[in-house]
Parts: sequence; structure tokens; C-alpha cells
Amino acid sequence: MPIQYYITLASILFCIGVTGALTRRNAIIIFMCIELMLNAVNLLLVAFSKMPFAVLPNSTAAAGTDAQLFVFFIMVVAAAEVSVGLAIIVMMYRNVHSIDVNFLNRLKN
Amino acid sequence: MIPVLLIVIPLITGLATFFVNNGRGAKMWSLLASIITLAVAAVALFTDSAEQLTCDAAWLPALGAKFSLSMDGMSKMLCLLTAVAFPLVFGATYKNTYNKPGSFYALMLLMQAGLMGVFVSSDALLFYFFWELALIPAYFLCSTWGGEKRIQVTFKFFIYTFVGSLLLLVGILYIHFKTPDASFALQSFYHVKLTAAQQYFVFWLFFIAFAIKMPIFPFHTWQPDTYEQSPTAVTMILSGVMVKMGLYGVIRWVLPIFPAAVLKFDQLIIVLSVIGMLYASLIAIRQDDIKRLIAYSSIAHIGLMCAAIFSSQQIGMQGVMIQMFNHGINVIGLWIVADAIEQQLGTRKFSELGGLAQRAPGLATLLVVMILANIALPLTNAFTGEFLMFNGLFRYSIWMAFIAGISIILAAVYSLNMVQKIFYGRTMPATEYANDASSNIKFVLALLVIVILVLGVYPQPVINLTQDSVQAVLAK
Amino acid sequence: MNELVYLVPLFPLLGFLINGLCRKQLSKTLVGIIGSGSILISFIISVVLFWQVKSTGAGLPVDPLFTFINIGDSFKVDFSFQVDQLSSLFLLIITGVGFLIHVYSASYMHDEEAPHFARYFAYLNLFVFSMLLLVLGANYVIMFIGWEGVGLCSYLLIGFWFKNDNYNYAAKKAFVMNRIGDLGFLLAIFWIFQKLGTVNYADVFANTNKLSATDITGITLLLFVGATGKSAQIPLYTWLPDAMAGPTPVSALIHAATMVTAGIYMIARSNILYTLAPTVQAVVAIIGLATAIFAATIALKQNDIKKVLAYSTVSQLGYMFLGLGVGAYTSAVFHVMTHAFFKACLFLGAGSVIHAMGGEQDMRNMGGLSKHMNITKWTFLLSCLAIAGVPPFSGFFSKDAILSAALDSNTSYGLVLYIIGVLGALLTAFYMFRLYSMTFLGQFRGTHEQEHHLHESPKAITIPLMVLAFLAVVGGFLGIPEVFLKNSDWLEKFLAPIFASSTAITQKTPSEGSTEIIYMAVTSVLIILVIIFARNKYMKYQKTGAEENGFGKVLANKWYVDEIYDAVIVRPLDALAGFLKNVVEKSGIDGFVNGVGRFVQYSSRQLRLLQSGLAGNYILFMVLSIVVLFLIFWNQIQIVQFLQKIF
Repeated sequence: MPIQYYITLASILFCIGVTGALTRRNAIIIFMCIELMLNAVNLLLVAFSKMPFAVLPNSTAAAGTDAQLFVFFIMVVAAAEVSVGLAIIVMMYRNVHSIDVNFLNRLKN
Repeated sequence: MIPVLLIVIPLITGLATFFVNNGRGAKMWSLLASIITLAVAAVALFTDSAEQLTCDAAWLPALGAKFSLSMDGMSKMLCLLTAVAFPLVFGATYKNTYNKPGSFYALMLLMQAGLMGVFVSSDALLFYFFWELALIPAYFLCSTWGGEKRIQVTFKFFIYTFVGSLLLLVGILYIHFKTPDASFALQSFYHVKLTAAQQYFVFWLFFIAFAIKMPIFPFHTWQPDTYEQSPTAVTMILSGVMVKMGLYGVIRWVLPIFPAAVLKFDQLIIVLSVIGMLYASLIAIRQDDIKRLIAYSSIAHIGLMCAAIFSSQQIGMQGVMIQMFNHGINVIGLWIVADAIEQQLGTRKFSELGGLAQRAPGLATLLVVMILANIALPLTNAFTGEFLMFNGLFRYSIWMAFIAGISIILAAVYSLNMVQKIFYGRTMPATEYANDASSNIKFVLALLVIVILVLGVYPQPVINLTQDSVQAVLAK
Repeated sequence: MNELVYLVPLFPLLGFLINGLCRKQLSKTLVGIIGSGSILISFIISVVLFWQVKSTGAGLPVDPLFTFINIGDSFKVDFSFQVDQLSSLFLLIITGVGFLIHVYSASYMHDEEAPHFARYFAYLNLFVFSMLLLVLGANYVIMFIGWEGVGLCSYLLIGFWFKNDNYNYAAKKAFVMNRIGDLGFLLAIFWIFQKLGTVNYADVFANTNKLSATDITGITLLLFVGATGKSAQIPLYTWLPDAMAGPTPVSALIHAATMVTAGIYMIARSNILYTLAPTVQAVVAIIGLATAIFAATIALKQNDIKKVLAYSTVSQLGYMFLGLGVGAYTSAVFHVMTHAFFKACLFLGAGSVIHAMGGEQDMRNMGGLSKHMNITKWTFLLSCLAIAGVPPFSGFFSKDAILSAALDSNTSYGLVLYIIGVLGALLTAFYMFRLYSMTFLGQFRGTHEQEHHLHESPKAITIPLMVLAFLAVVGGFLGIPEVFLKNSDWLEKFLAPIFASSTAITQKTPSEGSTEIIYMAVTSVLIILVIIFARNKYMKYQKTGAEENGFGKVLANKWYVDEIYDAVIVRPLDALAGFLKNVVEKSGIDGFVNGVGRFVQYSSRQLRLLQSGLAGNYILFMVLSIVVLFLIFWNQIQIVQFLQKIF
């Protein structure tokens, strides 16, 4: 499969994620959208690591290991983020009985 | 060794004063400390050995900054002024009481340390450090012990001078990166090679900082408000000593480092200074408040000094040296009188005063001598300075000297107005039961009058002291 | 021995210090003795010095006392004195007349409280000290020191009764107007120093060839500005009549005999410079003559006895400047001397009258005083005759010397100067005898209480009057013109060395003796006629209470000069100051400074609204910003290029 397919798919996924994060007010859905964006990036990284020649004409397969490393990083960070984030959401729900992010604008004052 | 002592004595005693809570103790202690400093400064006058007058120690080697101090004639003179000013101020305000006296006197002494440091530093970063050290206590003093509008006014004062300081810092760093040995030393700054265009630019960074401090027209608006709102003891130091930091900065740093820029902009600055002189004198005529009148009179005098500096004549520069000292003495005297009146009668408005000469003949006599010095009457100390400065200005341009000379007429008008409205005429309700000033005030004023007359008749010691500095500056 | 000269100003200075510092401890008698005694000692030393100068016929060399200012040898001013013919003559006038006035004051001011009495004598001694510095200095800087010093004392003494605000204003006016002149003097000193590198008289006058014509004109003009201030000439004369607010002896000493002649001394001292600048000389002559006439017209209609004398002083000073302007330096100095005698006598006489009248100064309320005050009347009359220029009283010789010099000076307008000068002399005769008649002749017009109080003044007042009147009568014989008596002009010969270089340049041809005598005779006859006319007219003066009208009103109001100055200079300046203070300073400069602060506050308040607290908004900004960045850097982003390549 040409690399273009991967790039296109990752872009679509990323845009869906951005749109969702911007438009929805439910904290959990926003979280999911952020995951979606992260995974779009992951997909792109994996695709490039598999097909480095598409980017760098003279490279070998080994050139892509860096990207895979990054994928792991992102997965770890995302997992950590989810655990912290969900905890926050739970706390928030306990306090205000809502998970609407627009409800949480008190930092302003 | 001596410059270190001059900084360290007030610094240590000042820090210690923070822990004194009893008002009398704090007064005695700080008066004593300032007298010791005065003794050291007096010793400096008679010391010629370079070893005694310099200090060179590592400070921030990573940055290229050193703790290097040195004293030439001008430094000695200004250190002496600083050292003289503080005991006089402490003595004259001895009867005033302050809330939290320990902190008040501690901050005063810290300010003295900063001032001393400014006058003896020969390293740009150190100079900047002391420059700020002198400024910050002043800020706290004004904002804590000042008048009604103190917060607002002090904020303006602080922002204003701080903007200047930041420009100065940028300028210092710029020159620092141009020095071949990446140092902050005064001598490397003197030898740095700048193109004319670079000079024109950096000159203003330095000059605006100093111009705000002096202050010269049109950077002066912080000054009358601050002088009015600060506690008088602080005002005395601000106008007697701290404005000399600006003049000192111009002579020590601006003139030698940016000769091309000075040549290009001297006319502009002299014109500004002269406008400022007339402007401030005219405003002083219409003032109804003793403190504001003295503030504007001070702006006019500083304008003349600034103009004389930029006329780049030996004779004018020598006049500036004499006048820096004498202006300090005279203006402190005037503030002491203003404070004595305000403390006793609770007003500073001319419209509420009058006829005080009948009630306080001693104070009246002493003030008249101060006023005569303020208008540079011959045989008072200011005459020599102003005579030489006008002479220098005349050599630069006849017309400038003529226009600036109008200010000596205006000075007579506002100064005599002040005498007349406070002391002559009939008594007013406020002055009906006034008494003569207390003995400590009269004693301090009498000392000042003696200095005024002695230096007026025989100004040569000050000239001899500062001659080397003048020649060094003009040689560059 | 020559260093004796330093003692001359020292004693008045000591007197000032003792009287000033111990004013609460000393008794009035002691104060009077210290004050007068110090001047007497100075007078005696002055006589000795004068004798030395006269016998040697040359100035006495005096070593400098100390170096006043010395800047790396590029600028050096010594505190040194110079004793020559001119300064020793002035020494005699100052200390001699000064001593008499001190004695007079001790009696005149006796009603003051002790501290104020001592303060008065302290000021008076300080004045004499400053005046002595002025004439003794060997360079322009020392002269300037004395010059400002006398101005200060004048200020202090005019405002001596400081409870009265009008007196304070008069004092301030005198000081400020003097300062205007001082500025000119100061600039002249700078100019001299810049061109010649020295301010010593000897060096300056020896090197006049190094000065260009512009320099000399500029310097002399500026010096003359200084002289107009101190010697009350147009346009700076208005302070002198107001200065009559001071005690009368002060008016006699400062505002008639000594201080106001400082300008004449200065120009006489710098005579060589003026001789080299004929244009400026013409200016001096014209201003002098204009002042002489102008002040005389005002004096015609004044009713305050001291005001008349004040305008008369201004007018006489104008004559002296006329003399200087036509190069008759000796005559000007001669007139200074005779004027010191008769004008001091007139002022002191007026003081005696005021004393007797219990402080009344308005002549309309006097009259017929000769019955009660015989000595005062006679001394006053003699001085009036002297000032009017009746031969053979002193004023005749000195005024005639000036007028005949004016006639000789220049063929084109010498005659005009002369005729106007004579006109002024006639006016002088008229107003002086108006004054005399209104005061001493006719009927007494004051209150009964005043009439009852009338008395001759004590001896301390009358003796100085008699001495001065005697001098006013015989003083003129020091300078009898050559036409009357060969080799008789003693003063001319005495002062010749001072003006030697000037006379060498001008080389005048004196007019023929016979013409001069005719002119003199005609003038004298006219003056005597005017005197008789004035005496008869005002002997029968009655208080009418009617206001002056027409031209008389203009004169009585002093040509409205004070009002004009007020409208043209004082008020606009005051308005400008108010405008600067209230508008430019407050709204302009400070407004700008505060505006910067306000702008920062305003914009931060607006920007704060962006911080809505909504996380969605923040993210939206983030995304938008990224998109914007993408768009801006579109061509430089490698990913874009890469994507373009692969798609």
C-alpha cells in the first residue's frame, strides 16, 4: 500500500480528533478525542518507520526504529495521562456532579 | 580599603538596625554609624596612595564582573557629600518620630551604602548593582513613611527610574559584548571600539537612565511629586545626593565612552537643559507649596549642571564639580527649613504662612543665607560653581549662556517670593504662636551656613580635589 | 604698608559681624558706636591711602590677598585690591559720607527696638563693606562680588520694615531689576575672559588691541546693561523711586550717594574700552540724557518728598552717563562726588523733615517749616542751590563740566545734547525749588497735632547736615574750569593717569574760552529765573484736592511706565508660568507619562477578557494559531514540501 493512504487516514483521524476536542463539552469525549489525535500521530509514525524509503530515498529498514521508539513513548504518556485525567474527571464529578468542561471556568476569577 | 569601608560600614550597621525596635536607640546608632562613615570619608580626602583607594576582588568570574572599586577626586568629593549629608539629615530630623524606627533608619543606611557604591565602583555591573541598591530602599522609604498620596507617587517614581535602569542594563550588556576581553571593567569600557552609529544608539540607553535620575526636562515629572510626598529626611537625600548619581553617571560613563555621540547630541541636550531651566524656574514662581518650589528650583539648577557638562569646557566642568557638592549642601539646608516649618505649623502653603520672621528670627536669618546661596550670590558657595558653569556655557555658545542666564533672574524672583511669603509681612493664624526652630535644627543649619560661607570665600580646596577628574574626562 | 588697604573693608565687615551676631546682647549705644566707629576707622585709613596716592601720583602696588579661583592656570582670579586715584577718591566718598550717615542713623533710627536697631547697623556696615569691595577690586570678578553684595544690602534695607508687604515688594523689585543688569555684567565678564584669558583690569586694558571691534562693542554694551540696572537708567530705573520705602538714611547712602553711582564707577574704570567703542558711547550718552530729562519731568509732579528726590537722583545719574558717553570721564566722576554731597544732604534733610512731621512724607501737608527748623532749612537751601547748578555752588561746576564736554564732543549733535541738557537743568531747578517752597515756605498745611510736634532735630542729625552742606557748597572748587583760572582743575590733573589712554585717543580740541563763558552765563541766568519763578509759584501753594489732569496726570503717574511694564512683561510672564504649571506640566508632560501607564492598564484590562476560563476556547486559539503559523510559513515548512512531492 502506498504511504499516501496512511498519511490520508492519519490526517482524517487527527482532524476528527481536533474537531471533537473543540466542539464537545463532555470531558470524557474530549479525552477520547485527544486519544484519537495521539493515535493518529502514532499511526503516522509507524507508517513512516515501515516505509522510510518513501521519505528518505537511500535509507534502509533500520532507519525507522526511532519512530517506533517514539510510538512507545506516546503510548506510555497517553496511558499516564488517561489515568491522571480520568482521576481528575472523577473528582470533578464528585464535586460538581457534572463533567461539562465549560462548567469549570472558575479559574478566571 | 577605604572605598570598601565606605560601603561596608553603612551596609552592616544598616542591616543591624533592622533589629533595633526602640526609636531612640535606632537614632543614636544610625547617627553614630553615619559619623563613623564621615570620618572614613574625611580620611579619604587626605589619602593619595592608590593601594588605599582601590579594591580589586573576584565577584562573578563567570560573567566577567569584578568587585573593583576606586576613588579619584570626583569620587572622593561625592563620597564626602554622601557622608556629610547623612549625619546632617539625622541630626536635623532628630526630633521627628517614625513608625517602625528600626526599619526606617536601616533603609536609610542601606541607601547610603548604595550611594557610596555608585560613586566608587569601577565595574559596570557593580555600578548597576549599587545603582539599584540605592534605589530600592528609597522606594520602601517613600511608600511606607510618605504622605497621603505616597503609594501612587512612589509607584510612579519607581517605574520611572526602573525603566531608566533597565535601559542602562541593556546598554551595559551591549558594551560588555563589544569589549575584547568580555569584561565589565571601566577601563575596558573606555577602550571599547564602537562605530558612530552604535554610539548614537547606546548613548541614549545610558543617557536616558541618567537623565531620569538627574532629572532633566522632560523626564522630570516624577520628581516634584516624590519630593512632596516622601518623608523629608528621604527627600533631603534624594535631592541632595541621589540626583548627583545621574550627573556622576554622565561624567564617568557617558562622556568617555561615547565621544562621537556626545559631539553629535550635545547641542540637543544643552537646548533641552536650558529649556528645562527656564521652564522649571517659571513654574517655581507660581508654586504655593514650599516643597514643590524647592523641587522645581532643584530641577533648574540641575539643568544648568547638565548643560555645563555637555558644553565640554574645562572651566564649566570644574564648575559642575564644585556645584555638585554645593548644591547638595544648599538644598539639604532648604529642606531642613521646610521640614522645620511643616513639623511645627503643619502646613507648607505660602498662602497660610507669613510674618514668621517676627516669631522665628533665628530660622529666618539662616534661611535667608540659604536662599542667597540658592540664587548664587557671590561669597556664598554656589556662586563659584554657577559662575564657572555659565562661563563654560558661554564659551560653548553666547546665546545659550544668555538664555540660560535669564534663569538667574527668575531664580531671584521665586527665591525672594519664598522668603517674603513665609517670613515677611504680617503674621497669619497659622504663624501667630509659632516658636523659633529647635536647637538641633539651628545647630545643623548653622553648620551648613558656615560651610556655605567658607566655600564661598575659599572654593579652591574643592577645585584642587576634583581637578584630576576633570582633566581625565576631558582628555578622552 | 600698602596692605593697609585690606583693613579698609575689614572694619565694616567686623562691624557687621559683631552687630549681626550679638544683636540681642548689645545696647543701642554700643551698636551705634560699633557701627559708626568701624566706618570712621575705615575713613581714616582711606585718608591715609588717599594721601599716599596723591603724594606719589601713582597707584599703590598691592599684593593679592589670596587666590580666589584657580583652575589649572587656565582661569585665575585673585582676591586682590587696587588702590589708584579713582578708587581712592571713591574710598573717601564712601567712607566719608558713609560715616556721616551712620552717625545720623544712630539718632534717626533710635525708636527701633534694640535687635532691629542692631540689624539695621549690621546691614549698613555690610553695605559699606560690599561697596568698598566693589571699588577696591583689582579685577572684574571682585567688582562683581561687591556689585551683587550692594544689591543684596539694598534689598535688605529697602525691606527693613518687613511687616509691610509693599516695602517687601519694593525690595524684591529692586533686587530683581538689579539682577537683570547683573546678567549683562556677568556675560561681559565671560566675554572678556574668553577673549583675553584674564579679568584683571591691568591686563585687560593693556591688551585691548587683541579685541575685535565686535568684541569691544559687545563687552561695553553688556557692561552698560549692568550699569543701567545698578544706576537706575532707562529702561531699568523704576526700582529706584520704589526703593524709597527704606529708611531715609538708607536712601541717602545707598540710593543717592554711593551704590547707584557704581555703574559710573564701572564705566569710568573701563574707560578705555568705551573710548574704543564710539557707537556704544553714543548709546550711553543718549540713554543718559533721555533718563535725565525723563526723570526730571516726572519729578515735576510728585508730591512725596522722597519720591521727588528719587527721581532727581535718577535724573542726575543720567547726567553722569551723559558725561561718560561724551568721553568726559573726569566730569562724570566729579559729578558723582558733588552729587554725593548735595544729594545726601537733601535726603538727610528730608529725613529730618519727616522726623519732625512724625513720618509724614506728603509735601502737600507741609509748608512753612522754616520757622521751626532753621538748620535743616538752611542746609537744604544750600544743597538745592547746588543741585540746581547756581554758581558758585558745587553742582554748577560739575554739571557745567559735563554739559560743556557734551558741546565739545561732536560737531553734529553736540549742540543738541547741550540744549537738551540745559533744558534738564532748568527742570531740575524748577522741581527742586518747588520742593523747597512747598516744604519750608508759605503756610503750614498739616494737622494741629503735627504742628505742635514740629521741632528742630537733635545734633546727631544736624551736624552731618551741616558738614554735607558745607561740602555741597565748596566741593565744586576741586574742579574749577580752566577758563576761569589757569591750572585750577585739580581733579582733572589728579585723575589724569586713570584716563590717560582714553585722552590719548580722543585728543579733543577745547572750545574757545569766551564762547564757553557766554554759554555758562546764559544758562546760569536762566536757572536763576526759573528758581525765582518756582519759588513764587509754590510759596502760595494751597491744598486744593483737585486731581491733576491732562499731561500733568501722565507725569504724576510717572508716564505709566510701571503699568506698561506690568502689562507687557510681568503679567504675560506670570500667565505663561501659570500656563506651564497648570497645562503643560500637568496635562502635557505629566499627562503623557501618566498616559503611558494608563494605556498599559487599559490594554491589559482588554486582553484579560481573552482569558475566559473555558478550556475549549484555549484549545481553539491554539489550533487557530497553529493554522495561522502554517499559513504564514507555508513555503518554508518541509513537511508541506514533502507532501507536495509525494502526492
